[in-house]
Amino acid sequence: MSASALPDGIVAFVKRDCPTCVMVVPVLAELKESIALTVYSQDDPTFPQGTGPVDDTELEHSYRQGVEIVPTLLRVRDGRVVGSLQGWLRPQWEELTGVRPLGAGLPEYRAGCGSLTVEPGMPERLAARFDRGRLASRRVMFGTGEDEFEAAYARGWSDGLPVIPPTPERVLRMLSGTSRNPSDVVAVVPPDLVECTVEKVAVNAVLAGCLPEHLPVVLAALEGACSDEFNMHGLLATTFFSGPVLIVNGPIANEIGMNSGVNVLGQGNRANLSIGRALQLVIRNVGGGKPGGVDRAALGSPSKLGFCFAEREDDSPWEPLHVERGLRPEQSAVTLFAGQGPAPIVDQLARTPEELISTFAGCLDAVANPNLALGFDAIVVVPPDHARIFREAGWTKARMAEEVNRRLTRPGRERGRGAHGIAEGLPDALAGADVPKFRPGGLYFVHAGGNAGMFSGILTSWVNPNGGGSNPVTVEIRK
Amino acid sequence: MSLEVLDPTGELQPATRQRVARPSSLEGKRVAMLDISKPRGDVFLDRLEELLTARGVRVDRFRKPTFARPAPRAMMEEILGKSDLMVEALAD
Repeated sequence: MSASALPDGIVAFVKRDCPTCVMVVPVLAELKESIALTVYSQDDPTFPQGTGPVDDTELEHSYRQGVEIVPTLLRVRDGRVVGSLQGWLRPQWEELTGVRPLGAGLPEYRAGCGSLTVEPGMPERLAARFDRGRLASRRVMFGTGEDEFEAAYARGWSDGLPVIPPTPERVLRMLSGTSRNPSDVVAVVPPDLVECTVEKVAVNAVLAGCLPEHLPVVLAALEGACSDEFNMHGLLATTFFSGPVLIVNGPIANEIGMNSGVNVLGQGNRANLSIGRALQLVIRNVGGGKPGGVDRAALGSPSKLGFCFAEREDDSPWEPLHVERGLRPEQSAVTLFAGQGPAPIVDQLARTPEELISTFAGCLDAVANPNLALGFDAIVVVPPDHARIFREAGWTKARMAEEVNRRLTRPGRERGRGAHGIAEGLPDALAGADVPKFRPGGLYFVHAGGNAGMFSGILTSWVNPNGGGSNPVTVEIRK
Repeated sequence: MSLEVLDPTGELQPATRQRVARPSSLEGKRVAMLDISKPRGDVFLDRLEELLTARGVRVDRFRKPTFARPAPRAMMEEILGKSDLMVEALAD
């Protein structure tokens, strides 16, 4: 029966498992005698006896009417719902049914119970079953007896690790993480230049192991990745190592339980790992970018499975990355950086900012090649033990970048082709110029990591826009 | 029971196209040479151009602004309009 076929009169939704429903059985029996009453039973098709209940154990009628509480009473006229109530409140029942007095001997008021349609997991299951039009993706039936995880591998949907099978129920649950319409186009994804909808992102977020609350981060990340400035096509196609590195800032990081502390760039946190992975799976599955296909990386990097972490903002000596990039602290944002890492910086003896920045500079001098400059960016991830030294001295991020570049500015000929016996190097045209290692705005500092350990980590970049490559992009995360 | 899942791919149906037949001779053909701007691509194409022009083949040279991005659409269209064949230098 379709939703429009509700019978006129009073329609009731009940379940035997609800004490309030049991309590009102005599009232329903009484109404059955005097008015047009149809009772839908969610759990026991024989309940309540004497009312000729309609079997709704499939919950289709309850789902279509949006029933959340039992008992629910509807007044229906010409197939349309013109009045409703939940639970038991005598005057309400009398008013809706037009029969009074009702329920002699019953208490004046008793709250209803939860409808079976709102049990955990049930809304998605029912939507998948009775509202199939909500999802537009092609349906794939795995074979009977086929192992679902092996089936996903066999269809090429995996990055090499198991993926969660994207059943309609799981995808609908994922979509509950965003207010965006499933059919909204988020981005045009390279290399195949496919328009990717919110729904397709959700399907891949399920594969990756995301929770619904992670989805807004994945959506923002995809938007950034597919911007002209970030140049995802080039990043994918390059023989270089890099993939998108995602840094999350703002309140959402704590809300969804992201790690910004101990082992921040490593394993162990579901949000960090699955968000980064979801973006890469969208590139693979929707965009068609696969290793050995358009992805031509000579070596690649483990971080291409997915690389995502949050900045440790609460006790940072510096303004958060997204604020440095023009957003407000209370906004949530994801910054994309085409890179890989980390490469370690070790200094357990430095006690002054000058000593420590000299170590940073020495390690950063070798980024890409000691003879190359201006063409590559870097992010230094600084944990609390190193950050403390800069905090005590009041050094800002801008001061730190300036101090590094001051130590790494030298005549172009000293980084020229052939200098230090290295063939690679700056072109002769720069021989006489004073050349800093990093372009303006090409060196970032991010506060993250565990409380103990006098180490920092360098995330190195793919070629920056000076070489036609990628520019970091920051996108606000909207729910 | 079999499990129903949603297709995570772009659901593209790639068109299959017939490969253009290999020309039996270069006589009267126009050859485009595309340098993607990788180091030494020009060395390879310079020499090839020398050899082909010596045989009377007409060569048009093109160079991508950067190897890190796809060729601009206008350049692809110009190559298509002007040429019968193309040689692309991808190497470092």
